[in-house]
Amino acid sequence: MTMLLDQPKNCQPWTAHSARIVDIRPEVPGVATYDLVLDDPQVASAYRFRPGQFNMLYLPGFGESAISISSDPARHDVLSHTVRVAGNVTQALAKQKVGDRIAVRGPFGSDWPVNACRGHDIVLACGGIGLAPLRPAIYHILNHREDYGRVIVLYGARTPGDLLYTAEFSAWREKKLEVEVSVDVGTPDWKGHIGVVPVLFYRLRLQPERTSVMSCGPEIMMRFVVFEALARKVRPENIYVSLERNMSCGMGFCGHCQMGPYFVCKDGPVFNFRQVEPYFHLEDL
Amino acid sequence: MFVNKAPIKSYLSVGKSQLQSLIDGLHKLGYQTIGPRIVDGAIVYGELNAISDLPVGYVDWQDGGKYRLEPSDEAGHFDYVVGPDSLKKFLFPARETLLQSIRVDGTWNMATPDPAPHPLAVFGVRSCDLHALAIQDKVFLGGPYVDPGYQSRRNALFVVAVNCRRAAATCFCHSMKTGPAVEGGFDLALTELADRFVVQVGSTRGAEVMTNIEWTACTLQDIDDARSISKTLRDQMRTRAHNAETQRESELPRERHLDTTDIHDLLLDNLEHPRWSQVANRCLACANCTIVCPTCFCSSVSEVSDLSGDNVRRERAWDSCFTAEHSYMNTGTVRKTTASRYRQWLTHKLATWTDQFGTSGCVGCGRCITWCPVGIDLTEEVAAIRGDES
Repeated sequence: MTMLLDQPKNCQPWTAHSARIVDIRPEVPGVATYDLVLDDPQVASAYRFRPGQFNMLYLPGFGESAISISSDPARHDVLSHTVRVAGNVTQALAKQKVGDRIAVRGPFGSDWPVNACRGHDIVLACGGIGLAPLRPAIYHILNHREDYGRVIVLYGARTPGDLLYTAEFSAWREKKLEVEVSVDVGTPDWKGHIGVVPVLFYRLRLQPERTSVMSCGPEIMMRFVVFEALARKVRPENIYVSLERNMSCGMGFCGHCQMGPYFVCKDGPVFNFRQVEPYFHLEDL
Repeated sequence: MFVNKAPIKSYLSVGKSQLQSLIDGLHKLGYQTIGPRIVDGAIVYGELNAISDLPVGYVDWQDGGKYRLEPSDEAGHFDYVVGPDSLKKFLFPARETLLQSIRVDGTWNMATPDPAPHPLAVFGVRSCDLHALAIQDKVFLGGPYVDPGYQSRRNALFVVAVNCRRAAATCFCHSMKTGPAVEGGFDLALTELADRFVVQVGSTRGAEVMTNIEWTACTLQDIDDARSISKTLRDQMRTRAHNAETQRESELPRERHLDTTDIHDLLLDNLEHPRWSQVANRCLACANCTIVCPTCFCSSVSEVSDLSGDNVRRERAWDSCFTAEHSYMNTGTVRKTTASRYRQWLTHKLATWTDQFGTSGCVGCGRCITWCPVGIDLTEEVAAIRGDES
């Protein structure tokens, strides 16, 4: 259970906690990673998150934005968020400097089932910024490598210049993660795959009965990831997707992030495929 | 003092003029008193300090997109049913501050406003609205997170319920099993008889308030009389489903009922039914239905800042799933069409609400029918999806 969930019911769930930006790393055009340290030492020391959860980052005067946590859950000194400039809040965030202060509410939401998947082979299939919410799961796996079988990262982006965290790939490969990368549009010096992420499944020889799939990216990509995984006889109950909706409060009060019976903010963002199967194909739901 | 203390669940007989001492007694205990008042031709909740301020002698006529008040010789103190207001606006205000932030030397100090609400006593709450209150309690208090503002206002609420003696054509509490008789969740419940009120004590606070008021114990006959009012009304409403044929031929507004058999699966199995597009041709996506609904809880938060940017409030305001912004993300609006928004609203209200909160989100109050400018009627939409055009 997360920090907030464990707090007594008289806590103030709307209170945001001041945090200092201690580092900003530009990743790819329009995307940067912000390292945050919570100002209140009590809040900071009590803060724990699980892979796949998100924070509401708050810039007073601009508003809040739901951003997944992309750092190692075992690290308690700093919280990283990889953010793409998309709206008002993220634009204002992009103008902040190291040492500036923003505020944090969280963590919120469900997590990648890294414990339930122990002993399994794992395929992490992600697109674009969808690698950011999966990176804490990757760190967890790296920290507990012996608990898992084959671990395959299938990652795609629009162009080679849009690939996140490429500097870490060699460290991941050293710990026997198979990292397969593809881009939609290549450049003259690109020697890797060209094509969409689901196509990367074609060359995998999976042992489906012992394979779990975790996917995060555009919904259309995840639909085809699920399709390819099911076609290879991966059990539907071993497939997990992380969905995005308009998460605004993080607590199921505001109603914005509903998808069918779910509040994506508190029932998700990570769902077992069985949960979302009846709704996954529907337009405008 | 304690001689006059009535036990919980007891029935007391109170003279009609004693209603004023009830108001006065609540004032003495520090309550602000709210009750039905006529404003702009409709009954809404307003400050109620004198019993003469009640719309005594009025009845309401409601139909799809229609609401009329009329004086009636037979009408008593509470013979209108529900207007556009509900308890929602008192517990979940249309606009409220969630967080205040002040920047000093580059650091933000943030504080949640201390909720110290004025104790509020609301008169004239009907059974449907008591069920709506219980539903909003589940939303704001029943999950892993508790909304502190709602919680403090809820704890300071005193409910004087009223048993309906008549139903509007738009009422269908009998279908939703939410009325017409009040069954719990009140401090006091009134049933109006010809010459007095039968008051049912529902809580310790209710019993305390009654110590200031002249009452006599009810006879069994009084209790039977009070109960038979609700029973007669319920039986009358239950005949509606069988009278559909005669109803169609009459000029009178159709008396609503809703067949709730397997309604969860019925709606979720028909997410691609053509009816959603048909109703969208009429729906203005104006959000009236969600605003008058006593259970709808969607909200959005906006930033209110001074010019320096150093003093900022986060304000929560009612929102509606009928707006494009409601489902907006940086990749676009999820529910792009009115059809998809009406589908979201109706399926949430009558189906997925049950998955989320273990209860329907509809209490059969009929407000969404009455206050829809084009008279869209959810009972009709469900019947159409069921393939039952009657």
